[in-house]
Amino acid sequence: MQTRVSSESQEVIIGPDQPVAIIGERINPTGRKKLAEVLERRDMGYVQQEALKQVQAGAHILDVNVGISGADESAIMVEAIQAIREVVGTPLCIDSANPKVLAAGLQVYKGKVLVNSVNGEEAKLKEVLPLVAEYKAAVVALTMDDKGIPTDVSTRVAIAEKIVNEAVKLGIPAEDVIVDPLAMSVASDDQAGLGALRALAEIRDKLGVNQTIGASNVSYGLPERRAVNCVFLAMAVLNGLTCPITDPTVWPVRRTLLLADLLQGKDEFAMNFISAYREQNPEEA
Amino acid sequence: MADLEGIKQAVVKGKRKEIVGLVQAAVDEGVDPQSIISDYMIEAMKEVGARFEAKKIFVPEMMMAARTMQEGLGILKPLLAAGDESQTKKSGTVVIGTVFGDLHDIGKNLVVLMLESSGFEVHNIGENVTPEAFVEKAKELDADIVGMSSLLTTGDPYVKATVEALKNSDIADRIKVICGGAAVTPKYAVEVCGADGHARDAVSAVNICREFMES
Repeated sequence: MQTRVSSESQEVIIGPDQPVAIIGERINPTGRKKLAEVLERRDMGYVQQEALKQVQAGAHILDVNVGISGADESAIMVEAIQAIREVVGTPLCIDSANPKVLAAGLQVYKGKVLVNSVNGEEAKLKEVLPLVAEYKAAVVALTMDDKGIPTDVSTRVAIAEKIVNEAVKLGIPAEDVIVDPLAMSVASDDQAGLGALRALAEIRDKLGVNQTIGASNVSYGLPERRAVNCVFLAMAVLNGLTCPITDPTVWPVRRTLLLADLLQGKDEFAMNFISAYREQNPEEA
Repeated sequence: MADLEGIKQAVVKGKRKEIVGLVQAAVDEGVDPQSIISDYMIEAMKEVGARFEAKKIFVPEMMMAARTMQEGLGILKPLLAAGDESQTKKSGTVVIGTVFGDLHDIGKNLVVLMLESSGFEVHNIGENVTPEAFVEKAKELDADIVGMSSLLTTGDPYVKATVEALKNSDIADRIKVICGGAAVTPKYAVEVCGADGHARDAVSAVNICREFMES
């Protein structure tokens, strides 16, 4: 299946036969003090810099999360979307735990946006999916529900299937649901990596949908976190990950994804990899 | 001679396969089970905590140590006389959960494991817990300490609501309230919400709980 997201000027196609689509994660104040500060001051210059930096590093879509406590998140979301549009035409992913903020973002966005996120909780399904249908957007679906985050594969697949079915009922095509089977830390459960990989593979085989994943959870509490993330990403791509939410400005991460494409025959004559390599090593050009 | 130092080292190093034999041998020789727990195993976990704080060991090593301790406790707990059982309880009773709107559990479960291994009676009330449920459970379980975790920045209002619900309840003067999790800063927890403490990780949670119980 192919998921198409777009802005007024660009379209990105996500699919198993496409190179990996990177959703840049840096515009998110969780754990980023500087960003939280500028958002509080409504200073969008830094947000624009982050947007540009990620696009230059190969981001295909930009995640936009402006959730800071005690602020008007809807207003900041609208300002951020407009500010980013002034510097890049990259399609966006509107990210909020609050459906009202998603609605505010959807209202001003021009093109087909990705909404982050819905999950299997009854309340979320009821609040988020109608918005996605109304604006003909695509949506990230997390495999958790009112019972919490499952660690087993079959429950994740079942939740993914339920969300896709609910979406289809509302007229959202299955290809516009991007599943996130939620990777957990291997530091506290050494089977967690395997569980996520199997969930990716089973959801791909059963539902055929595109999938994203936040890879950095996997390495929490371990040494060499970046290396853990990169190896996990490469394995995940082989198991059905098509559009990771990650930080492309970290060269080892971007390199891993470029190499995953190359080694799966999705980079003709290795041109994408070589040109990215050259950008990283200008003195050798 | 019972190898008590060996028991301590087995916990510190997380040698799950060795602990059962060592503990059983010590018990067979007549060593007081309570002493094995408090003088060796809990001491071992203190050392593990200190090493983790000093970044000498990683999360999985801490988890292995805690699991090793629990295997040892599996043999020792049934041997404790009724009176002794209250002795282990003396460390304190902690009720802990993740605030409303948040389903993250990894960090919170790590705190649970470390507190249990440090001799606390811990009641894990799960994730997505409403302020009312925190108060209710704290009352029902006669908590000394209530801990809450919040990873999402959007959880801030619920951290505040939960602390306030606890502080405005009729058990306010009997409990201490601790906040932790990636979204919660010490300043926010203590100054803005009025919590008694902030824990930045599982080890500091144990240390703060110990301090509260000693004071």
